[in-house]
Amino acid sequence: MKNKDTVKKLLLRIKPYMPLVLLSLILAFITVASTLYVPIVIGQTIDCIAYKSVDFKTLISLLTKVVLVSLFTMLVQWVMNLVNNKTTYYIVRDLRNDLFNKIESLPISVLDSTPQGDIVSRMIADADQFADGLLMGFTQAFTGVLTIVGTLLFMLNMNVVITLVVVVLTPLSLFIANFISRRTFSMFKKQSEVRGEQTAYIDEMLSNEKVVKAFSKEEKTCEKFAEMNEELRKASLRAIFFSSLTNPGTRFVYNVIYAFVALVGAVNVLSGGMTVGILACFLSYVNQYTKPFNEITSVVTELQNAFACIERIFGLLETDSEIPDAADALTLDNIDGRVKVDEVYFSYNKEKKLIENFNLSVVNGQKVAIVGPTGCGKTTIINLLMRFYDVDSGTIFIDNNDIKNITRNSLRSSYGMVLQDTWLKNGTIKENIAMGRPDATDEEIINAAKEAHAHSFIRRLENGYDTVIGDDGGSLSQGQKQLLCIARIMLTLPPMLILDEATSSIDTRTEIKIQNAFNKLMEGKTSFIIAHRLSTIKNADIILVMRDGSVIESGNHIELMNKKGFYYNLYNSQYGD
Amino acid sequence: MLEATFELIVPLVVASLIDKGVNGRNTGHIYACCIILIALGLIGLISSCTAQFFAAYAATGFSKELREDLFTHLMSLSFKEIDGIGTSTMITRMTSDVNQAQTGVNMFLRLFLRSPFVVFGAMIMAFTIDVKSALIFVFVIFILFIIVGYIMKTNIPMLKKVQSLLDTVLMHTRENISGARVIRAFCRESDETEAFLKSNDALVNMQLKSGRLSGALNPVTYVVVNLGIVCLIYTGALQVNNGILTQGQVIALYNYMSQILVELIKLANLIITLNKALASAGRLSDVFDISCSQKDGNIVLSKEIIEESNVAVSFENVSLNYNKDSDDALENITFSVKKGDTVGVIGGTGSGKTSLISLIPRFYDATGGCVKLFGRNIDEYTIESIREHIGVVLQKAVLFKGTVADNIGYGASNLDSSSLENAAEMAVANDVVNAKGGMEGIVEQGGRNMSGGQRQRLTIARAIAKNPDILILDDSASALDFATEKKLNENIRKLDGKITTFIVTQRASSILTADKIIVLEDGQIAGIGTHDELIKSCEVYKEIYYTQFAEEKEVSHEK
Repeated sequence: MKNKDTVKKLLLRIKPYMPLVLLSLILAFITVASTLYVPIVIGQTIDCIAYKSVDFKTLISLLTKVVLVSLFTMLVQWVMNLVNNKTTYYIVRDLRNDLFNKIESLPISVLDSTPQGDIVSRMIADADQFADGLLMGFTQAFTGVLTIVGTLLFMLNMNVVITLVVVVLTPLSLFIANFISRRTFSMFKKQSEVRGEQTAYIDEMLSNEKVVKAFSKEEKTCEKFAEMNEELRKASLRAIFFSSLTNPGTRFVYNVIYAFVALVGAVNVLSGGMTVGILACFLSYVNQYTKPFNEITSVVTELQNAFACIERIFGLLETDSEIPDAADALTLDNIDGRVKVDEVYFSYNKEKKLIENFNLSVVNGQKVAIVGPTGCGKTTIINLLMRFYDVDSGTIFIDNNDIKNITRNSLRSSYGMVLQDTWLKNGTIKENIAMGRPDATDEEIINAAKEAHAHSFIRRLENGYDTVIGDDGGSLSQGQKQLLCIARIMLTLPPMLILDEATSSIDTRTEIKIQNAFNKLMEGKTSFIIAHRLSTIKNADIILVMRDGSVIESGNHIELMNKKGFYYNLYNSQYGD
Repeated sequence: MLEATFELIVPLVVASLIDKGVNGRNTGHIYACCIILIALGLIGLISSCTAQFFAAYAATGFSKELREDLFTHLMSLSFKEIDGIGTSTMITRMTSDVNQAQTGVNMFLRLFLRSPFVVFGAMIMAFTIDVKSALIFVFVIFILFIIVGYIMKTNIPMLKKVQSLLDTVLMHTRENISGARVIRAFCRESDETEAFLKSNDALVNMQLKSGRLSGALNPVTYVVVNLGIVCLIYTGALQVNNGILTQGQVIALYNYMSQILVELIKLANLIITLNKALASAGRLSDVFDISCSQKDGNIVLSKEIIEESNVAVSFENVSLNYNKDSDDALENITFSVKKGDTVGVIGGTGSGKTSLISLIPRFYDATGGCVKLFGRNIDEYTIESIREHIGVVLQKAVLFKGTVADNIGYGASNLDSSSLENAAEMAVANDVVNAKGGMEGIVEQGGRNMSGGQRQRLTIARAIAKNPDILILDDSASALDFATEKKLNENIRKLDGKITTFIVTQRASSILTADKIIVLEDGQIAGIGTHDELIKSCEVYKEIYYTQFAEEKEVSHEK
């Protein structure tokens, strides 16, 4: 049932390219027909050849025919290859585009819970694997099956008995191939297991090579590696060797078939049932007939593989996207910055309650700090405010509008967000700072960097603002990455701010300077701040102390200190002696 | 190869079958020939199995050696080269490129050793039948080689391009997953999608371009061989007419030509695999070309040398830059540290703290000035012996897959359980060990099953367990709460008095009692001295201190 579904979906994907597929089929048919026709003509030419009685006139006309047919076949075959390439690559391109669009629209919750490598491998490896399978299917399975059928027809046309010999003996080779592939399957599995282990080891050791070297463990590490390597060698030797037996095995069967055809054919010639030319042609057919079997056996595994891959791809494509914005959703502009959270409940998984009955009312321009031990739900609040996750029940309002009725884009662009987990894209420093405003001038970018106190370190980089930073910030230190993320915000000047441990890796002196810049930026703007160092949030208007998903204390610093409750203890554990 | 030879005899047998058996009406001969054919097939089977075994043996042996050499090579590189290559490339080269190369070698052995043999063998056999017709073979094979060579030569760069375009697609995908929050917060989805579509289109166009060429290989081969057959039959016909050749021999020649066709088509299908393997091989040899930039010394840093010397570490006018074109990370650093002292290193983000301490275990080489260890220039010692005596806790707390005991005992071999526990206690990591179920508790790869603070304490225990002469802690208490850090500092102080300790930190409180504090700013020394001296003389230090102890100014006075 599931397979049927997949096939259906696959056909739907191929549909736009149906004309191409049909064209390919027709071309394949022509190719096969003419490929099969050539040996017949050649057989006829051979019949023309006899000692001292060669019929040169027929011979030449027949040979011209061979040349013309071959040239024609070449052309058709080439066009067919091009058509196949085009169909396959376009289908895969469409798949990749759809996958990417999917990634852009997937709820953050799905991205959070799916390992990144898994999605990436669907996009790259699975799609590639699928393309290979599809291409192979088009080029080889089509022509393969057609060749077999065609050859059989041609042979039947010439001599029924010999054809029967061929047909009866064929299953033998399939049986051998099947027998071997079933035995080798477990060996391949073992091989990929061992390889997986080794890859994990390589991953671990190479990503932490500095630690290995700091402890001078290079030799030990290499020794361990060599051990695993030997194991892998043994496993792959077995797998490769046994699987490679298929070919000689089936080839042997073909040789037997060949011998039988020669025998029966020769006897037939003797009894006058056929000419020598037809026998020659027959022998060449047997060659042609057996070849696709070999290919088809490998195509079948390839296709199975492709099938598994496309299932994974469809699996991702069918994951639910974020609920799209309502057609009449509001676009926010000129925000006052009043935020109201009303009886909000939320949890990531239904069994474990997290945020319960969360209420908050913020007047425009207030600075709200959220503190509490790890895992108490601070970051979750931000996920809800930004609508990365939707609340389970309750409502969040901005300027009296339910955020569910606001377009996501306008909601999100009204916040400037700096997260603890700094993320930088592949590109220049400039591009990274200008992420929120790609049209910013160089001067604006430099000013923003100065505000964020990032200018001095950027200037010292190899190419200044045009330095390309690699995957996830490359050689920049954690603190420097945070400074860049802050510069991003300094450039966009959003109406509201969210800072989640935005300065955790920045030294305290720079932090204070940045704090001043933030204060300037936040003047009259609503802001939410999560911080580990309580010193940074002392001047907040409201401090929410959270524990296990609910707010247990709230008020400003002085009120909370006077309360001598949880906050008081937290503060003293950091600063008391 | 034997198998190929037998395969080549087949047409001869068939020729004889037709000439003597059919044309000579000799039924017995026909049977004999058929039996010979089957026998040939059987011998072929046996020899090909042996051949396959040796091919597989050679291919797996080759890739084993390759992987091992590459791994050892990568392990021998210094920090500088590691920074330059980047971990993700090292991993892909080590895994997918090596696999690609292995497949290539295997295919090569399996088919390239067979196919040319069949092709050339067919040609030689043709010579034994008739020299004149055989010349057609030579010509055809020559043309085919030119075609295959040309297509390979032009196609390999295209395939490399395809691979790198695929890398771009991969990069976009990864970025949009890992940066989903930021991208959505800035509403950049449509721009990102556009960029992706562009790179995806570029990929498809390149694939089609390279496909046009490789797709032509098969049809062209087909035509060339068929033209060859036409010529063959024509000249054959002339010869038969003159009685030089028999009809059966012409059939044999024709069969040889078909065999060449079959082999070449197989080859053509594999050329893409081989091209990919060659592209990977190029990437691998790039890595092998990178050599370690550090020259090892020849003096072993021994206990005696350490005993004899009073000064543990001294820097004389040291400067360091990671990249010729960028500014110096460290400039004119001069200081010396007595054996047994505790040194604090403090300074702002990017001020060069980590750079400074990474010169001590010779992770990098100073680009100017000289670093001395126990009285001698650091590059006189063997690198291994230096690191044996230094315990380093890096900023990033990394643990390896294994047990807790494996991790703590990583740097020192054969530690008994009491010294492991002792190290854990010193690093205030007892509760971590207990939380994981004792010394035999499991640590997952990268220590994923632990919090940042737990990991940090285990990495500290790991450095202490080594019983080092110099201990370096690079901001390694950042995830610890203040009380734990204080305890840790006290414990470190209690360690054997001869241990020289470097503590890199952002918290002034961690180094108040250090014998010497080095204050860094923008890669230069802004001040050296004890807390009391610096608080009076060093502006930068004063600033750092008061931002952290604003209130305690009064408190500490009361005390």
